[in-house]
Amino acid sequence: MDVLTENFSLYGEGFLGTVELTVYASLLALALGFLMASCRVAPVRSLRAIGTVWVTVLRNTPLTLLFFAVLLGLPRFGLVLPFQLFAVLALGCYTSAFICEVLRSGIGTVPKGQGEAARGLGMTFGQTLGAVILPQAFRTVIPPIGSTLIALAKNSAIAGAFSVTELLGTYKTLNERGFSIIWTFVWIAAGYLVITLAISALFNVLEKRWGLVR
Amino acid sequence: MSPMSPVSPVGTVRPVAAESTALYDIPGPKALRRHRLYGFAATAAIIALLAWAVQLLFATGQFTAVKWRPFAYQGIQELLLRGLANTLLAFACAAVLSLVLGGVLACGRLSEHRPVRWLATAVVEFFRAMPVLVMIFFIFVALQVRALPALVAGLTLYNGSVLAEVFRTGVNSVERGQREAAYALGLRKTQVMTYVLVPQAVRAMLPTIISQLVVALKDTSLGYLITYEEFLHAGKLIASNLDYDVPFIPVVMVISPVYIGMCMLLSWCAHRLRRRAPGPRGSRRRPVPPHQARTPAS
Repeated sequence: MDVLTENFSLYGEGFLGTVELTVYASLLALALGFLMASCRVAPVRSLRAIGTVWVTVLRNTPLTLLFFAVLLGLPRFGLVLPFQLFAVLALGCYTSAFICEVLRSGIGTVPKGQGEAARGLGMTFGQTLGAVILPQAFRTVIPPIGSTLIALAKNSAIAGAFSVTELLGTYKTLNERGFSIIWTFVWIAAGYLVITLAISALFNVLEKRWGLVR
Repeated sequence: MSPMSPVSPVGTVRPVAAESTALYDIPGPKALRRHRLYGFAATAAIIALLAWAVQLLFATGQFTAVKWRPFAYQGIQELLLRGLANTLLAFACAAVLSLVLGGVLACGRLSEHRPVRWLATAVVEFFRAMPVLVMIFFIFVALQVRALPALVAGLTLYNGSVLAEVFRTGVNSVERGQREAAYALGLRKTQVMTYVLVPQAVRAMLPTIISQLVVALKDTSLGYLITYEEFLHAGKLIASNLDYDVPFIPVVMVISPVYIGMCMLLSWCAHRLRRRAPGPRGSRRRPVPPHQARTPAS
């Protein structure tokens, strides 16, 4: 117990680092995933190809390799940014591939007749998309997006190994200070549980509010 | 929820003319012309981006002979191959063990004895909620295990728990009549499981199981972080060599296609199996909702 109380600021810093990483990477992943999903369902073949390549490559890349390439590789092109930004970039790009697939399958679940009816009523493309299709797709994608973002929060642990301030990285300092390793990890685990449970609670609320009644 | 499995195949670019979506009608001649224009613009933009990237690679001197020379040496090649062998070894151990653990935990979760069920549920939920890396570090640092067992144990605990859920969903998705008929024939509990439910569940779940194995294969690269001498570690050794002018980018360009290729091969197997899986014609099987069908975890 005293491992936590005596190093509260260190844990707090790590915890906040993980939360920050998760939030920023989630926003990036959602934005990029949405962009790529719109590419993948576009009527233009080359856009679809771009989306497909993005998803296929990133989904089959080990995240450690991506971190390795981004955090240690990009500075060699003269692009020097804080490590945390690099980590957000790597994590966001990686997760965007999964978000993209979730969104695409969500759009796929909207029956074709919905779009046809909307166009039959004389709605423009923007109206069809914004008023008919996306609201319906949104309902079905809430749970899978939640689990994707939980996976993102868990994956953010890898950033700690690349000298970004976050929760898992605190074990090193605590180890050097001579605290019990087991208890150190118990509190780290508790921190991650808090974050993942918070995300899942958030998405439960979202689902209750907007989700599809089955 | 659509009756079709919403996890659509990756890597297929379907012609629009054959199948319209809810988003737009089959385009007419004017729209087609416009789409072709967009297509040209997008292609041009991508080519420009690629050209810029290649130019950047040349400008920063990534293609100089000195940076690529190490790959011609036998010692370096053997180092890389040894790393690859270690990666595959870790993957094989983790895959086999997590399938076993998954089976055991799924049995526990489907058990009729409440304490067993609770215990299995607690284990599965805990290990699914923990980042794999935390487990690997815990086993490596706190339990003082060598790198390979630590990596394999961490991967096994995580993937085993996920696979347990996959197996359980698979068994539960077998049509109820199958189970009832088997019981009516006088089969015992174990017989119903082994002869009737499990074979059907495994067939239905095989693509998902293989997708999860792709996750395990990708996660073997976490061994790099605990200094297990796997493929990425071998790459890092070469990349930090001053004799070859720190060939970091060349190493990434050599390593990533191998990793991505291996994972894509496995994903492709899963995709093939998913397409070949018997449709609703045979047994009426409930489709797996997208959030259960595949876990995108790392």
